[in-house]
Amino acid sequence: MKKIKLATVWLDGCSGCHMSFLDTDERILGLLEHVEIVYSPLVDIKTFPENVDITLIEGSVSTNEDVVKIKKVRAHTKTLVALGDCAVTGNVPAMRNPFGVEATIDRAYFHLVQHNPLTPSEYLPRLLDKVVPVHDVVKVDFHVPGCPPPADTIYYALTELVRGRMPDIKLMTRFGK
Amino acid sequence: MTEIQSVQIITLTIDGKPVGASGGETILDVAKQNQVFIPTLCHLEGLIPYGACRLCLVEIKGNNKLVPACITKVAEGMEVITNNERLQRFRRWILELLFTERNHVCSVCVANGFCELQSLAEVLGMDHVRLPYLHPKFVVDATHDRFVSDNNRCILCGRCVRVCSDIEGAHTLDIMGRGIKARIVSDLDDDWGNSPTCTRCSKCVQVCPTGAIKEKGRRSVGEKFKHRDVIAHLAEMREAAREED
Repeated sequence: MKKIKLATVWLDGCSGCHMSFLDTDERILGLLEHVEIVYSPLVDIKTFPENVDITLIEGSVSTNEDVVKIKKVRAHTKTLVALGDCAVTGNVPAMRNPFGVEATIDRAYFHLVQHNPLTPSEYLPRLLDKVVPVHDVVKVDFHVPGCPPPADTIYYALTELVRGRMPDIKLMTRFGK
Repeated sequence: MTEIQSVQIITLTIDGKPVGASGGETILDVAKQNQVFIPTLCHLEGLIPYGACRLCLVEIKGNNKLVPACITKVAEGMEVITNNERLQRFRRWILELLFTERNHVCSVCVANGFCELQSLAEVLGMDHVRLPYLHPKFVVDATHDRFVSDNNRCILCGRCVRVCSDIEGAHTLDIMGRGIKARIVSDLDDDWGNSPTCTRCSKCVQVCPTGAIKEKGRRSVGEKFKHRDVIAHLAEMREAAREED
């Protein structure tokens, strides 16, 4: 049987959702019998491949780079999964929204810096005016709330998706869990 | 000797099941007695029903309008439907609107794990919000030495206002402004810390369904345990004392 192509993408998040995914422990080995991880911060592949079956997105869309990335991911993915509260709601990264970009940069690079405060260089991705959840930019096929979603929930959702079924994760996770 | 009032017995159906009720009871009362779950947010046992959140909307056969179960009295022959695809759809929209209107960031909220808004989203299967978040900017009032009022997490259920005025009798808290600008204020929109009316009873903290009113000295996230049942007890004791008079 042909293996399912799985990718995981890390946008503006703390990597906690990827940690929770790794917390599925040895079950990940069983998963690998049916799945091939074709792109992820956990593996050493630099460009997002074509014809990916399932992509898990961690993090909110916060920069112009995130927008470009997520559109490319969407174009090459069959089932796009927003994994965790940042991808689903904006969560902590979106807490800067009421204050604006300028105040945020000021806070991070001047007020909280003791030595040699500097604005970020032009080569860094530009912050969007508002941090938004993934489904504000591209169509998302499945949402897994949680901060982070429990490993059991991720594992269950993933095994169902691998079998071609839409998982029912109601009562298995919640915002802020 | 007090006159014995005749109790009117009413029969109606809830989700097709025949139930008995006494006159004056609400649909929500009767549903609860019969273990039928109707979601609520602004309702709290012991407080005067308010009908603000609209989560308890139900259908009544022969009536085109949806009615809030918490303030609608039962009537003879009424056929109530508490759950169907249409009601689920509306309830989900109500939750989504509540989430977009303020800054509800569950993961860093003092009420994480004890929040009624958060748990309703879970129970009703609201896994994401389809409308854009407004991300408004509300000032946090931390001038009180014991409590903090954070309108960023408020859903305007009015529980704190009702408990402050109806149970405590202080009426320090109230709602000011209209629509999405409405917010909880202390006295005439003064600093809570300077309030001459606040009795520091902390009932507002106990009834708040979210993390909008909290006690100081809590260290971090998810520590706001609530004693919501205490209000029903106080209301009952007060009623008993009144009857004795």
